[in-house]
Amino acid sequence: MHERKHQFTTISSKRIERLYGPDNLKGFDYNRDLNEPGQYPFTRGIHNTMYRGRLWTMRQFSGFGTAVETNKRYKFLLGHGQTGLSVAFDFPTLMGYDSDQERSQGEIGKCGVAIDTLADMETLFDGIPLDKVTTSMTINGPASILLAMYLVVAEKEGVSWDKVGGTVQNDVLKEFIAQNSWAFPPEPSMRVVVDMIEFCTKHVPMWNTISISGYHIREAGSTAAQELGLTLADGIAYVEACMKRGLKVDDFAPRLSFFFNAHNDFFEEIAKYRAARRIWARAMKDRFHAKNERSLILRFHTQTAGCSLTAQQPYNNVVRTTIQALSAVMGGTQSLHTNSLDETLALPTENAVRIALRTQQIIANESGVTNTIDPLGGSYFVEALTNEMERDAEAIIRKIDDMGGMLKAIAIGYPQKEIADASYRYQKQIESKEKIIVGLNEYVVKDEETLEILKITEETAGVQIDRLKKVKAKRDGSKVKQTLAALKEAAATNKNVMEPLVECVRAYATLNEMTETMRSVFGEYRDPAIF
Amino acid sequence: MEKRVRILVAKPGLDGHDRGVKVVARALRDAGFEVIYTGLHQTPEMIVSAAIQEDVRAIGLSILSGAHLHLFGKVAELLQKQGADDIVIFGGGIISDEDISELKKIGVAKIFTPGATTEEIVSWAKKHVKAS
Repeated sequence: MHERKHQFTTISSKRIERLYGPDNLKGFDYNRDLNEPGQYPFTRGIHNTMYRGRLWTMRQFSGFGTAVETNKRYKFLLGHGQTGLSVAFDFPTLMGYDSDQERSQGEIGKCGVAIDTLADMETLFDGIPLDKVTTSMTINGPASILLAMYLVVAEKEGVSWDKVGGTVQNDVLKEFIAQNSWAFPPEPSMRVVVDMIEFCTKHVPMWNTISISGYHIREAGSTAAQELGLTLADGIAYVEACMKRGLKVDDFAPRLSFFFNAHNDFFEEIAKYRAARRIWARAMKDRFHAKNERSLILRFHTQTAGCSLTAQQPYNNVVRTTIQALSAVMGGTQSLHTNSLDETLALPTENAVRIALRTQQIIANESGVTNTIDPLGGSYFVEALTNEMERDAEAIIRKIDDMGGMLKAIAIGYPQKEIADASYRYQKQIESKEKIIVGLNEYVVKDEETLEILKITEETAGVQIDRLKKVKAKRDGSKVKQTLAALKEAAATNKNVMEPLVECVRAYATLNEMTETMRSVFGEYRDPAIF
Repeated sequence: MEKRVRILVAKPGLDGHDRGVKVVARALRDAGFEVIYTGLHQTPEMIVSAAIQEDVRAIGLSILSGAHLHLFGKVAELLQKQGADDIVIFGGGIISDEDISELKKIGVAKIFTPGATTEEIVSWAKKHVKAS
């Protein structure tokens, strides 16, 4: 029988058969392997109504320039039907530096919003009621500080902490594996994460303390199975760390959340999400003996794959994003960000991000896929692929168990090397045309017209540095000194750093003053440069 | 045996996206260059100091954060100040055509933008980065 290729593989190089049938599902047991949505092991979905009860949150990752511009963009997005906020910070903020430092030159406001003090956070959420809107903040190294800032903003709005809802990404392990925006070395970083989980469990019960992420692992070049296996292994490491601290699993596990990529291979991604729910539910039950049903449920946010977009013929990206978003919805995501067509070139323009949001709204309202739960359940192909994905991911988790856990695996460079290898392999597949990317290595257009993109000028830096100067001039310097000293003491004596941080934030200490105080105790981490 | 041509590949500034630079480093190494990869979060001072110390013929910078004009500028300036501006500067990242022209003016030899292949990069390096 003649076929176009000698082998058909997913984007992760997983071999796919010509046809799937009952033989692929020998031993399949509906109640054990799937069950109803909202019932263990939650393969079909985490709620018994899913999108019939409530649609996923439409939460576009956004931020640029100063808090003034970003506040405007948030109001634009909310006005167009977005249902939750998601903050993108600039690189200095991500790394714990202030805008007036030499390291921040050239970087201010370019990749996200510049936040130096509480004053910037107040501007960022000006006119936005924090008891009515939930916010996800993509921040890791200095997550404790940005969370403290958010809580004080809420407090100033008159919203008590038990009414505040949202998420901090706060997934330090994947920083050392892929995203690389750490502030301290691995062990003290983990300690701060547990401090935050402990604090929020007591004081901010509606807050998702961590967004255990596969997105960045995938963006760095991993396969789908690696994305899944490494993410869940990270999750296991966090649960172990919390339990080591003496926290009870059923107290904190319900507020752990996850974040996956939605890449091009439609069915592979759907299988990945379904397998994720099943693996996590089983791990929480069998490994950690969680009794609360909410501890077993994997809730996740999805972002469509940035790395799949092309700079060439950018309107094609709308098509890619649509297919990817559809897979996330058919895989049962709780929250979704869709990329804009121009994001290979710059941060999105208003027009581009509006199309991205409309993509979600069209899927929700016009496609019909939300009429029923887990529409692909029972498909021979999807169930077989879900089983394979689970098997492949479990193998990775076991490997990491054998190494002594994720911290040990990171120390010996295992996940970093796996990702670099997968990434290089994929690049070679593109260059040999084993994998086709439309507009890039096939269907190429010479001399394309230029797209109007968002430009962030160096003027932004001047404005932000000015804002910072004004805050520093107005604040009570001795209060800042006093609160920073208390923070240092807490860091050095294993006390929870969150309350001291809240005090520093109230005194308008800067991000770097707080980060540096903790760094003086925790030390620094240098990239091992594994390639 | 011919001495291998040494190239320093670096991530200046705060940008943590290293997928591309790792692919480039490996491709150049596979093509026969001696590659020193500095890792992330390098200042221009650290890069130039390493380049001189390692006796490289070229420096490749990867910048996706938008800070390229500042960072390439600083590296070029420091190389000149230290009398090492015979070291070829090249790089890649999210850099507009307009900015590529600006970079060429300050002495950057070549910028590779999204879609460039390792084949192109290696081919360019073989032609333009020679043993002294």
